[in-house]
Amino acid sequence: MKEKLTLIVSSGDMDKALAALNLALGASSMGMEVSIFFTFWGLNVIKRDQGSIRSRGIMRRMLNFMNRGGASRLPLSRYHMFGLGKWMMGRLMKDSQFPSVTELLALAHESGVKFIACTTSMGMMGISKEAFIPEVDSYAGVATYLAEARDARINLFI
Amino acid sequence: MKADVTLDCVGLYCPMPIYNTAKKIKELKNGEVLEVLASDEGIKEDAPAWCRTTGNEFLGIEEKGGEYHVYIRKLE
Repeated sequence: MKEKLTLIVSSGDMDKALAALNLALGASSMGMEVSIFFTFWGLNVIKRDQGSIRSRGIMRRMLNFMNRGGASRLPLSRYHMFGLGKWMMGRLMKDSQFPSVTELLALAHESGVKFIACTTSMGMMGISKEAFIPEVDSYAGVATYLAEARDARINLFI
Repeated sequence: MKADVTLDCVGLYCPMPIYNTAKKIKELKNGEVLEVLASDEGIKEDAPAWCRTTGNEFLGIEEKGGEYHVYIRKLE
């Protein structure tokens, strides 16, 4: 049986998403199976960059207006500085030929990394499947994650 | 050291050299040698670790003018 890595991505920060996708890509390059479970703010990583999110109720609409998400819109956890810090980090990454979150997501998907979106967070925040990139493999809950994690050698929470 | 195939990863950072190596090695036949050129120092530890995990043979690493030449024999 193949060795397995599972990740829980609970953060919507760019630096955390980079760490998670870096691990996922490394593991799949080492012949491991990889599943990433995106929950809470982590859902922002796998949201589409385009369009707005339709949801019902004033609180959910406000939340999804403020918390639009999308791989290219993730803030830095430190020194975001209203986007200036992020812009500078983007320049440094480009200078270093380091792939963006969007590019890493595509590479990970191409390498067979599985993306799972947390339906509880989706329901609570009023986010429908249409808000996500088509690369998402499944929409599931804690039992799905744990069933995968108990067979995996490495499980990390990010 | 002589290689059958050379892969240029100069200027790339982790995990890209390893990712590209894993992709490239699929094109080689059993027993052929892949040479990976890299500039990120992490490759010195990462290449042997990748070989240990994937069952390929780590033949060695040479440092020439700030670039690393990694030699890997494809096995099984």
